[in-house]
Amino acid sequence: MVPLSYYLILSAILFACGVAGFLIKRNIITIFMSIELMLNAVNLTFVAFAAELKMLSGHVFVFFVMVVAAAEAAVGLAIIIAVFRTRETLNVDRVNLLKL
Amino acid sequence: MHLVLFIIFGAVCIGAAINLLVQKHPINSALSLIVVMGSLALLYLLLGAEFVAAIQVIVYAGAVMVLFVFVIMLLNAGEEERTPHGSRVAIMLGVPGLIVGLGIGVWVVTHYAGLDRIAIGGPEILNGTEGFGNPRSVAQLLFRDYLLPFEVTSVLILIAIMGAVVLARREE
Repeated sequence: MVPLSYYLILSAILFACGVAGFLIKRNIITIFMSIELMLNAVNLTFVAFAAELKMLSGHVFVFFVMVVAAAEAAVGLAIIIAVFRTRETLNVDRVNLLKL
Repeated sequence: MHLVLFIIFGAVCIGAAINLLVQKHPINSALSLIVVMGSLALLYLLLGAEFVAAIQVIVYAGAVMVLFVFVIMLLNAGEEERTPHGSRVAIMLGVPGLIVGLGIGVWVVTHYAGLDRIAIGGPEILNGTEGFGNPRSVAQLLFRDYLLPFEVTSVLILIAIMGAVVLARREE
């Protein structure tokens, strides 16, 4: 069997990659993908603890996280399309005004 | 066997996640993210979470990533342009963020020693591993103990659908 700590370390590395991508990347779509990566890392932690503690609640919480992530992806990508229509750019450094 | 599979797919996972950071074009990042999600689904199977692995592939690697790729192609997103000032500040913040995240992860793991003796009570603790994580057992928990949250998510999805339609609509 794989120790739980290995899964937690993998999850921490994935989450750190997501944080780094969120801060380093300048493309708004890639930033959004980094958020999805962080959510996936959290899901891995949930499932690992569910397997370790023999509790199914972790799986149900992963289900809810996925529902929220899917809703967030739909709304977020709609916002990205709306931003691109008005600004003609995907670079977050150029989106620095609340109103055009 | 489990350890070998974990190391293989964990390495694929980390490699694809780093590739997501390195790639300049968003479509390459999106394809790397699909690889991350696919190998995570295999890790879920290793942990005995059959239902979660299935919806990981269907919802994440399928639906959400199709939405991402669709938007990338719709907006004709090209290479990431570097703005000199902002990017340097972001890297100065991003690298410490990575180190702090890893540090917190390692701290949690090294302090885990007493965590498995903490009894987390609940009605749904299973005695055996039989049927653990298959759709039947997850559904019994989801539609009995978590019925109200499940119904509330339907409202959330409805609001998200309406919000997406309103936001993406072309201005008249």
